[in-house]
Amino acid sequence: MTQRSVVIIKTALWAACLAPFALLVMQAFGYAGGLGVNPVEQILNVCGKTGLNLLMLTLCITPIRRSTGINKLVVFRRLLGLFAFFYLSTHFLTYALLDLGLIFTPGTAWSTLLVDITERPYITVGFTALVLLIPLAVTSTRGMQRRLGRNWAKLHRLVYVIAVLGIVHYYWQVKSDLDFAEPLLYAFLLTVLLGVRLQHYLVHAKPAVPAPYPRVEPPKAKEKTTH
Amino acid sequence: MRKRFDIGIKPSEITPESAFLNRRVFLSAAVAAGLVPSIMSCEAATIPANGELTDVKKWPGSATEKANTFEEIASYNNYYEFGTGKGDPAENAHTLKTSPWSVQVSGAAAKTGTFTLEDILQPHALEERIYRLRCVEAWSMVIPWVGFPLADLVKRFEPTSQAKYVQFLTLNDRTQMPGVRYPVLEWPYREGLTIAEAMNPLAFVAVGLYGKVLPNQNGAPIRVVLPWKYGFKSAKSIVRIHFTDTQPQTSWNMAAPNEYGFYSNVNPEVDHPRWSQATERRLGGGGLRSLARIPTQMFNGYGEQVASLYTGLDLAKNY
Repeated sequence: MTQRSVVIIKTALWAACLAPFALLVMQAFGYAGGLGVNPVEQILNVCGKTGLNLLMLTLCITPIRRSTGINKLVVFRRLLGLFAFFYLSTHFLTYALLDLGLIFTPGTAWSTLLVDITERPYITVGFTALVLLIPLAVTSTRGMQRRLGRNWAKLHRLVYVIAVLGIVHYYWQVKSDLDFAEPLLYAFLLTVLLGVRLQHYLVHAKPAVPAPYPRVEPPKAKEKTTH
Repeated sequence: MRKRFDIGIKPSEITPESAFLNRRVFLSAAVAAGLVPSIMSCEAATIPANGELTDVKKWPGSATEKANTFEEIASYNNYYEFGTGKGDPAENAHTLKTSPWSVQVSGAAAKTGTFTLEDILQPHALEERIYRLRCVEAWSMVIPWVGFPLADLVKRFEPTSQAKYVQFLTLNDRTQMPGVRYPVLEWPYREGLTIAEAMNPLAFVAVGLYGKVLPNQNGAPIRVVLPWKYGFKSAKSIVRIHFTDTQPQTSWNMAAPNEYGFYSNVNPEVDHPRWSQATERRLGGGGLRSLARIPTQMFNGYGEQVASLYTGLDLAKNY
């Protein structure tokens, strides 16, 4: 992949990642059909889903890189990840500032926010996911990558947890057994993406210490565990 | 587990459209000829061909908040028989055939049987009532319905002392309702009230919206409106009214009994297991500030009229 094509693809990705936000801004000013009857819900849905989609895309990079051998693909991951962070932050800020009214009535909205985060499981997991994304966004620069060395990769494995929490957050607010199709689709996609990694790990992992031989001793039937 | 409900209307029982139209021609001819005093025919509710409801009185108890626009009310709502998205009913409900329409009345009442929509509406004078509507999903609207008190309709069927509850069933027809192909809820959609709730003066039968015949997506041709309860209690496109001595099944309760109870009164103090009911998004305001949630009122602000129905009832348990 030439430097020129990297620049072209990055430009295209920027445009594609900004498009949903640009559309929301236009709609907020009454263009492109407006935000509809429930504007807050519309902004929350678009930002939440776009954020989740981008998170899924960042998780696609490694499997595609491995199977195609195009290692250069990794240069697009930060862009996608930071846009995911942008959309998910906007999702949270819309809920806190507009929906709860933190910018209008800070006092009451603040206490509602605390109650929501601590007592509504779907908000607790969603908020946790966003908080966990912050260190990843902060350490996404090349400088931080260098400074953290091998720990960088370890830290960024948090994205697996974040993706799971994000999908649980989505799943838990569906009204009943009915609209589960979409969150389940995300769950399926994530299972595939994590499964591919697990398979790669099992095939390629060469542990520093010799792996124990397959245990052949049969399980002791009546052994009691004391802890 | 899933029970098939027999609506019990034979095709032969439904008034053919031609007969129904003939009747209308006959009636207008009779009016023209002076056989029927025209004032009387106007007083009684009929289904006008042009969709404009006439002689609608204003109800003095209407909500004073700014009503949502017709466009808002008719383009954003839940009607799962036409899809689970908020825009699906507006998009898909054009396939609903509201004429001819009949309602089967059954169970513990003296006057049971199948009634045409015209029979149902005939004696009732129409009034416009602007009610707040609070959805269990924590959004709300202010809606000018046209119709008449449910109590007036219930009395006509002369429910017996066995009639402790009344159940409403919505049409369940795959050919007209794309959503019922999916087992998202127990079809037909069913809802119910205690007889005392049904007789409360606030309980309303709606046939119109903004002075016009109800749009299909809002539950045409006939629905109930219970403004102190979450919106899903107000059954749409009703084809059967059943009086019974046992608490009737309700579709949402069957789907998630821990989340949706039989009463489902609007109550800011009893949260949905997953989200708060303390506040609501009042849709349709102008400006940024209108986007912020507002406090939800007990019984949706209708406590004065309905709180006495629930004296001694633990509303946290009977959600």
